[in-house]
Amino acid sequence: MNTIVSVKNLSKNFNEIKAVNDLSFSVEKGQVYGFLGQNGAGKSTTIRMLLTLIKPTSGQIEIFGMDLNKHRKEILRQIGAIIEKPDMYKYLTALENLRIFAAMSGVKVSEKKLLDQLEMVGLAERAHSKVKTYSQGMKQRLGIATALVHDPQLVILDEPTNGLDPQGIADVRNLILMLSRQMNKTMIISSHLLSEIELIAESMIIIDKGKKIVEGKVRELFDPAETIIELKTFDDALMYEKLQQSDLKIFVQGKRNDCILLKLHRDQIPAVIKKLVGLEVPILSFHSKHSLENYFLSLTTGQQHVEAFTN
Amino acid sequence: MWKLLQIELFKIFKRPRTYIAFGAIAAIVFLIQIALKFDGKSYIDLLMSNLSGSFEFNDVFKDKLLNGYLICFVILNTLLIQMPLLVALIAGDAIAGEANMGTLRLSMTKPVSRTKYMLVKFIASVIYTLALLILMALLALFGSMLIFGTNDMVVLRSEGIEQIKRFDVLWRYFAAFGFAAVALTTVSALAFLLSVFAENSIGPIIATMSIVIVFTILSEMNIPIYDETIKPYLFTSHMVAWKGFFYVKANAEGTTINGSIENLPAVLRSLSILVIYIFVFFGSAVWVFRKKDILT
Repeated sequence: MNTIVSVKNLSKNFNEIKAVNDLSFSVEKGQVYGFLGQNGAGKSTTIRMLLTLIKPTSGQIEIFGMDLNKHRKEILRQIGAIIEKPDMYKYLTALENLRIFAAMSGVKVSEKKLLDQLEMVGLAERAHSKVKTYSQGMKQRLGIATALVHDPQLVILDEPTNGLDPQGIADVRNLILMLSRQMNKTMIISSHLLSEIELIAESMIIIDKGKKIVEGKVRELFDPAETIIELKTFDDALMYEKLQQSDLKIFVQGKRNDCILLKLHRDQIPAVIKKLVGLEVPILSFHSKHSLENYFLSLTTGQQHVEAFTN
Repeated sequence: MWKLLQIELFKIFKRPRTYIAFGAIAAIVFLIQIALKFDGKSYIDLLMSNLSGSFEFNDVFKDKLLNGYLICFVILNTLLIQMPLLVALIAGDAIAGEANMGTLRLSMTKPVSRTKYMLVKFIASVIYTLALLILMALLALFGSMLIFGTNDMVVLRSEGIEQIKRFDVLWRYFAAFGFAAVALTTVSALAFLLSVFAENSIGPIIATMSIVIVFTILSEMNIPIYDETIKPYLFTSHMVAWKGFFYVKANAEGTTINGSIENLPAVLRSLSILVIYIFVFFGSAVWVFRKKDILT
């Protein structure tokens, strides 16, 4: 069995609002699967349906080849999850929280295993501290430990880097990569941080207004070699005029209030910089905008955001 | 199931707020006992003021009246009005508190059926209620018996006073506490039901108390149209039926019959109505929760 999650024609209506609209996708065994969409796109609603927190209006969900509706308990026994933020019992210690959720998962876990789990997420020294004394990053790591305490096959993390500082984001990312590569977990990661998804996911789906926009392998969905450059100069109007008159004109995609947009391949960057310097307009910054982000925006928002990319 | 119940009890009794109720009960009982110890005769005078036209009570009789059994009766009368609030503090928090903390969504991703989850939560609330009552029984009954001693118990009724022999009292208290447990479980079930609809515990606690207060007022109102239509079906009309255990049958000479209850069918009917309320409230809570989308 290679397909771990199979979602077919899933819909969820909240009164008049279609939060999820005829959504279908599948996740293969061992994959890190990115779930992308803007706020309100329907990511969390979909994830909550996968975890039986929300009942679908229509559609079918199969996990591990079983109907979620009919085999809820067997399926949930093999899933670990964090939804939005990892809220725990703040008046209990990390170890007590972990023990409670391990027991609720139906597994008997020894004290040593619980401490190992906390060690894995770097919280062993604070195992006996109450959760109310934890920082957001520590709570997030405890949440991940809680999701993994019963050794699930499928791990679902909804916005796992929300509210974390850069170091926290890096820690969570490394943890996800470790789980995927060393422990061969199948993972569904929802995020609006596209750069994060690009770094960790092999496949992804982008949804907007509850509908699937695109699904596929990350590397096939955008060309990493092609990038959008945001060029800021001392005088953008003058630079834009000079660009139009030069052989760099072919790279120019447009002009915004605060920058000029160029589109080029990475291997063209050094030569283009050299020529730009030659135009003798002081350059303030030359910033490569993520192409996945452009791709995402081009799919989920209006043309005004990505005029440059859509040419 | 047992493991889940252990978890729930662990969570309840690890919370500092749980002990507020225990502290409150101990404090109220202690204050009443102190007050009656030092000024009990004034209380007896007040109690007997309606009867003083036809009876004369001397100090010896008053001292006999002021014994542990009567004190416990006074405390029960007072505390069983406050206890719904203490019970609602925990039962109203059962689901809403989890929703508010964000732990409900994590719990519901675990392989536990929603019905079982609700059942365990409710049983834990009931155990908490029983623990409160046991503490109250220890302090109010046995504490008062220690401080004030025991004697025949006198119960004031609209038609006069009634004397219960000292050896015939204790079992009545056990029965009364048992009845009170059912009455408070009804309040607990109501708070539990309201808890399912809310995302913080303040709402269900206030709503429970509001319902109890409004229903109690309706139960106390002597309006003929209510007497046969609404009052018999309000749970608050039956919550004080524990007093029935202290109303004793009398023989032709007017002497009370030991071990008797004047109107046992009425007490049992009240008990049945409360049990029906518990099933309706809890059943509705489970029904709503099973269908509920967890959005918190």
